Amino acid sequence: MNNLRGIYTIWYRDILRFWHEKMRLISAITFPLLFLFVFGSGLSARMGSLGAGVDFTQFIFPGIIGMSVLMSSFMAGVSVVWDREFGFLKEVLVAPISRVSVAVGKTLGATTIALLQGSIILLFAPLIGVSLSIWTVLALLPLMFLLAASMSSLGILLATRIRSMEAFQAVMQMLMFPMVFLSGVFFPVQGLPAWMNVLVKLNPATYGIAPIRQVILGAPPDSPFGISVLGHTMSLWENVAVLAVFGVAMIFLAMWSFGNQE
Amino acid sequence: MADYIIEVENLVKRFGKLVAVDNISFNVAPGEIFGFLGPNGAGKTTTINVLCTLSKPTSGRATINGFDVVRQQSQVRQSIGLVFQDPSLDEKLSGLQNLQFHAMVYNVPASVRGQRIEQVLRMMELWDKRKNEVRTYSGGMKRRLELARGLLHHPKVLFLDEPTLGLDPQTRNRIWEYILELRRREGTTIFLTTHYMDEAEKADRIAIIDYGKLAALDTPEQLKKIVGKDIISLKTGDSDRAAEEIRLRYQIEARCDGDELTFEVSRGAEFLPNFIKEFGIKILSINLRRPSLDDVFLKLTGREIRQEEVRDVFKAMVRQHGRRIRR
Repeated sequence: MNNLRGIYTIWYRDILRFWHEKMRLISAITFPLLFLFVFGSGLSARMGSLGAGVDFTQFIFPGIIGMSVLMSSFMAGVSVVWDREFGFLKEVLVAPISRVSVAVGKTLGATTIALLQGSIILLFAPLIGVSLSIWTVLALLPLMFLLAASMSSLGILLATRIRSMEAFQAVMQMLMFPMVFLSGVFFPVQGLPAWMNVLVKLNPATYGIAPIRQVILGAPPDSPFGISVLGHTMSLWENVAVLAVFGVAMIFLAMWSFGNQE
Repeated sequence: MADYIIEVENLVKRFGKLVAVDNISFNVAPGEIFGFLGPNGAGKTTTINVLCTLSKPTSGRATINGFDVVRQQSQVRQSIGLVFQDPSLDEKLSGLQNLQFHAMVYNVPASVRGQRIEQVLRMMELWDKRKNEVRTYSGGMKRRLELARGLLHHPKVLFLDEPTLGLDPQTRNRIWEYILELRRREGTTIFLTTHYMDEAEKADRIAIIDYGKLAALDTPEQLKKIVGKDIISLKTGDSDRAAEEIRLRYQIEARCDGDELTFEVSRGAEFLPNFIKEFGIKILSINLRRPSLDDVFLKLTGREIRQEEVRDVFKAMVRQHGRRIRR
C-alpha cells in the first residue's frame, strides 16, 4: 500500500511536470515526423516498393514510432540527474517511501510520456497509407510499453551511476543514437555487413522495433523484414521475449542501483 | 529509553580514510532545541545525513522517536521533517504543488491535506504566492517554503541544517519566530546546525563538534562558563609593548589579534577603571564584554568560527545564482 502510494506520487509528479512543459511534446514529435515525412517521402519516390507492397515511408513508420518511444523514455534518466542537480532528489530520498517505489514511479512516469508520444505518431498512419485496426493499436500499446519501460530503466540505472548532467548527456548521446541507428529503424536488417550485423543483433532495441513492425505491417514468416539470429528467423513472440528479458533485467538493476545510492 | 527522542551512541562515519564523524554520543529530549555547532567540514551535515537515513553509519547506532535509523528507515522518515542546507524544491512546480507532493508521500490524510497546506502556507506568509512556480521565488521565500514543507506532516523532530544561511537578517528573524512558535504549539523537537552564534544562543543545549568529535555539550549558559571570565579587548599604538606591560603588571597573557589585544579578567567592571588609570601606554579604544559562544568555540577549538561565515555566505550566493546561470 505504502509502495503503491509512493509509485503513484512519483509518477504523478513527473506527469505534472510534463504537463507544465507541454511545448516539449511538440518539439519531441517534430523530430520523428520530420524523419517520417521528409526523409521518408524523399527516399520512397526513388526506392519504390521494398517488398510485400511496402514503400520506404511505410517501412520506417513502425521504426519511427519505436524511435520516439525509445528516445522519450531515456528521459527518465535525465529527470533523475536533473532532480539530483536541483536538490529535489533529496526530498524524495528522505520521504517515507521505498527507493524501489521511487525507481518504479520514475520508470512509469517516463513510460507514460513515451507511450503518449508513440501514440500521437500512430495517428499519422492514414497519411502514409498504413491502415490500423483497433486490434492492431491494442497490440501495439503493450509492445511500446515494454520498450519504454526497458529503456527508462536503463536510463535510471545510468543516472544512479553518472552524477553530472554534462557526463550523463554525453553518455546518452553515445548510447542513444547508435541504439537507434543500429536497430533497424531506417533499413531492413538483412544482408548487412558482418560487423554491423553483430551490433544490430546485440542491440536490445532491435527486438523492440521488430515486433512493432511485425504488428503494423503484418508478420508473415517469410517477410523480407524479419530478423534472423544465428540462422533462426525470429517470430513476434520470440522478439518480445528477448526484449522482455532485457527489460526485466534493467528494471531490477535500476531498482537495485537506485536503492543503494547514498 | 523513551525519555529521549534522539539517541546517538558511539556513532562513526568514515568515507574511505576520512573519519567524518568520530565516535559521538548524545541524547536529545522531546521538545528540546538542540544546536549543533561547528566549522565547515566538522561533521555536522554528515551526522544529520545519518540521522535522517540518507547515509548509513559505519558503526554505532542512532534512534529517532525510538526507531533505528538503519533498520526502521521508513518509520524514522515518517517521524522527521528536514530543511536542507541546499534547496530541495521542484522549481518547475508551484509552491502549492510542492506541498501537495510532500503531503502525498508523507501520507497526510486526504481529509486534512488541504487545510494543513493552507495553515503552513499562511504561517510562512506564502499563501498569496502559492500558485506561482517556485523558480520565481526569492531565496527567503524558498527557504520559508521548505520550512512549511518540513512542518506539513507534523514531524516529531525537525532537522534544520543551516536554516538561515545566506538570508538577510529580517528573514532570519522571521524564520526564528516561526521555529519558536512551532515548538511552543506542537512541542516539536528541533535539531539545528548553524554557525551563527546568535542563533546557537536560542538553543536549549548546544553540542560543539570539531573534526568529527564532540568537543562540548551543554546549555549556552554553562558553555560560557568554560571561558568564565570577562573579556577585554584593547587597541593601542603598540601592541607588543602593551602585551608586555599586561604580562608584567597583571601576570596575564594577552592574545594578539591584528592590532587588537584580548585578555580575560574575572571582574571586568571593577578591573577596568583601575587598568585605564594605571596603564602606561596610550589606549586608542577599549571594550569589555561577557563571554559569547564565539569565545567558547575559540577556546575549545582554537579557531574562530566567524572567519568561515563570510566565505559561506559567498558560497551560498554562488550556489543560488550559479544554478540560474547554468540553466
